[in-house]
Amino acid sequence: MDILNAIVAFLNFVVVPATAYGAQLALGALGATLVYGILRFSNFAQGDTMAFGTMVTILFTWWLQSMGVHFGPLPTALLALPVGIAVTAALLLLTDRFVYRFYRKQKAAPTILVIVSLGVMFVMNGITRLIIGVEEQNFADGERFLMTAGEFKQWTGLDEGLAIKSTQAITLVTAVIVVVWLFWFLQKTRTGKSMRAFSDNEDLALLSGINPNRVVNVTWIIVAALATIAGVLYGLDKSFKPFTYFQLLLPIFAAAVVGGLGNPIGAIAGGFVVAYSEVFVTYAWKKVVGYLVPEAYAPDTLIQLLSTDYKLAVSFIILIIVLLFMPTGLFKGKSG
Amino acid sequence: MNKRNLILFGLLVMLYVATGYFQSWNLALNILTVGLLSSIMALGVNMQWGYAGLFNTGIMGFVALGGLAVVLTSSAPVPEGWAAGGWGVMAGLAFGVLVIAVSTFTYKHLDKGRTRNIVMFVLLVGGFFAYRAIFDPAVDAVESFNPATAGNMGGLGLPSILAWPVGGFMAAIAAWAIGKIALGLRSDYLAIATLGIAEIIIAVLKNEDWLARGVKNIIDLPRPWPVPYEVNLQQSAAFLEWTAQYGFDPVTTSSIVVKLLYALIFGVVLVIVVWMSELALNSPWGRMMRSIRDNEVAAEAMGKDVTRRHLQVFVIGSAVVGFAGAMMTSMDGQLTPGTYNPLRFTFLIWVMVIVGGSGNNWGAVLGGLLIGWLWLIVESLGPGVMSVLTYGMGDGWLKAHLIESAPHMRLLTLGVILLLVLRFSPRGLIPEK
Repeated sequence: MDILNAIVAFLNFVVVPATAYGAQLALGALGATLVYGILRFSNFAQGDTMAFGTMVTILFTWWLQSMGVHFGPLPTALLALPVGIAVTAALLLLTDRFVYRFYRKQKAAPTILVIVSLGVMFVMNGITRLIIGVEEQNFADGERFLMTAGEFKQWTGLDEGLAIKSTQAITLVTAVIVVVWLFWFLQKTRTGKSMRAFSDNEDLALLSGINPNRVVNVTWIIVAALATIAGVLYGLDKSFKPFTYFQLLLPIFAAAVVGGLGNPIGAIAGGFVVAYSEVFVTYAWKKVVGYLVPEAYAPDTLIQLLSTDYKLAVSFIILIIVLLFMPTGLFKGKSG
Repeated sequence: MNKRNLILFGLLVMLYVATGYFQSWNLALNILTVGLLSSIMALGVNMQWGYAGLFNTGIMGFVALGGLAVVLTSSAPVPEGWAAGGWGVMAGLAFGVLVIAVSTFTYKHLDKGRTRNIVMFVLLVGGFFAYRAIFDPAVDAVESFNPATAGNMGGLGLPSILAWPVGGFMAAIAAWAIGKIALGLRSDYLAIATLGIAEIIIAVLKNEDWLARGVKNIIDLPRPWPVPYEVNLQQSAAFLEWTAQYGFDPVTTSSIVVKLLYALIFGVVLVIVVWMSELALNSPWGRMMRSIRDNEVAAEAMGKDVTRRHLQVFVIGSAVVGFAGAMMTSMDGQLTPGTYNPLRFTFLIWVMVIVGGSGNNWGAVLGGLLIGWLWLIVESLGPGVMSVLTYGMGDGWLKAHLIESAPHMRLLTLGVILLLVLRFSPRGLIPEK
C-alpha cells in the first residue's frame, strides 16, 4: 500500500492531461453551442474552423519567429493568437454574409443549414490543406515544463513523478480567462443580454428592437475567438493536423449534447465529462492499482478498459447514453 | 424521363466517351465502375434524404461494413485461427449481446429507483469484465497464429457475389441499432450519431486484427463469379486468337474486358435498384414517405407512425449503401481500412445526391456518375492543370507547393459546388416531380 504514490500517479497520468483536454473541448463545445443557441443549427464546420484559426496562428507564429520575436518562456503562438482570431472572424463573417444569411432570411429548416455547414466545412478544410498541407505541425516553443517529473521527485522524495507541461498550465489559465470573460459578457453587457434574449425567443427579441444582424455578427466573432483559442491550445498541447481537428467534431458535439445543446455552462461541464471519461477508460490502471493493493495481488495485465484507439468510441457511448436517457442533456438545453 | 433529362444523360455519356477517346478507355471504364457504385450508394442516401428527409453522415461506416461482409463471406478460411480461439471469440461476442439484452430487459421491468440503478450497474460493469475475460484470451490466441500472413479467423470461402446481400444485411443491422436510438429526437442528433458510428466502425476495422487483420489489410479476395483474371485471359488461346483477329493488344484488351464485365454487372444491379426505387417512390408507401417529410405533424395526425417509418427507410437506405460497399470491396479484391475517409465516402456521396436532385432517383444516378467522373478525372488531370496554370511562374517554393497540393483542390471545388447548388439550384439537376 502506497497511497501517496498512487495519488501522484493518478494526478500525473489522469487528472492533469484530462483537465487540459477537457478545457480545450469545453472551448470548442462553447463555440458549437453558441451557434446552436443563436443560429439554431449544429455547425459541422466547427472542427475545421478550429483548424483554420490554428493554421493562421501557426503561419503568423512562424513569421514572428523568423523575425526573431519570442515571448520569453511562453509560446510565441500566444502573441500570434489575436491575428489568428481576427482572420478567422473575418472568414466567418464573410461566410455568414455570403452563405448563411440567405438561408436565415428564408427561415430554412435546421437540416438544410446543417448541410450548408457541411459545404462550408469542405471549403475550410480545402483551404487549410491547400495552404499548410495535411502533415503534422509542431509549433510550440518556449519553456516545455512548468514542473518536470524529476524536479517533483527530488522535491518530495516520492517514487512517482508529477510533470506539468507549460502548455497544460497555459491551457487552463487561458480557458478560465476566456470563460469568465464570456459569462461576464453574456450576463452583464447589453450585447450579451440581447444575444441571450435572441436565443431564448427570437420573435420576442425582434419585437423588442434587437438588431438580429448585430447579434449574429457578434456571435460569429465570439465563435471565431473560441474556436481559434481552442484549436491553438490543442495544437500547442498535442500537435496540429487538419484531420485530427476534423475528428474533434465528435467529442465536441458529445460535450455540447451532454451539457444540453445551446447551454454555455452545459458545454463546459460536457467538455470535462467527455475528457475525463475518455482518459479514465483508455488509461492503463496497472501502475495506480499496483500501488494500492498488496504486492502479492499486483495486477499482471494493463487494466485498460478500452485501447486508446477507441477513444472516439467513448465520446460516442456518452452521446448514446445521453440521447437515450436525457435527450436535453445535464443542464436542460433546447428541445430534445 | 423528359427531353431535358435525356440531354443531361446524353452529355454524361459524352463525358465518358471523351475521356476514353482523349485519355484512355481503361481510365474511362475505371471511372465508370466507380461512378456506377457511387450511383447505387447515392440511391441509398436519396431514399433517406430525398424521400424522408433523414440526414445520415455515416455513409462511410455502412460502406465499410459492406467491405467487411466480403471478407467474412468470401475470404479463404483460416482453420488454425478458428481452432485457436474462434469459438472463444464467438462465445465472448454472444455473451456481450446477452449482457446487453438482459440489461435492457432489467431496465424495462424494474421500477425506477435505487434498486434498479444498483442492479444495472452490477450487470453492466460485471458483464463488461466477464466479457473481457472470455473475449481477450480467445482474441490473443487467434491473433498469435502466424500474424505475418494470417492472425485472423478468415472467412467462409463462399463466392464473392454472395457477400453483397450479406453486406446489405450487416449495414441494415447497424442502421437499425443507430436509428432506434437517434430517430425520433431532434433531426441533428441523427447526423451527429451517424458521424460517430462511422468513425467507430472504421476504428474497429483498423484495430480488431482477428476480424479482418486490421491495418495489415486483407488482400486476394476472390472476384465475383463471371469476372475472369487478366492473367488467365492472357493465357487463354481463344482470347489471344480473338484479339489477334482484330489486332488488339492482348494485355490492354484483357484489362478492358475485365472492367467492362464489372461495369456490366454493376450496371445491372443499378438498373434493378433504380427500378425498385421508382416502384417504391410512386407507390402509396412513397407518397406516405414524402408526406411525412413535408409535414411530420400532419402525417402523424393522419395516423402514420413517423418514427417507425423513418426507421424503416433509414434501414433500407443503409442496406443499399452496404450492398454497394460490398460490391466495391469485391471489385478491389482487398479490404484496406486505412483508405476509408469520410470526405470520400460520406460527403462526396452527399454532394452527388444534392447536385443530382434530392428526391429523384434519376437525379441520384446522374449525380453519382457526374460527380464520380469529376472526382476521379481531377485526380488524374489535377497536377497537369496546375502545372499549366503555374506555367508563367518562376520555379520557386510557391509553384512547387501549388502543384503538390493540387489534390486538395478537389475538396475546395466540391465544397464550392455544393454551396452553389444549394444556393442557386436547391432542387438539383433533375428536380423531384
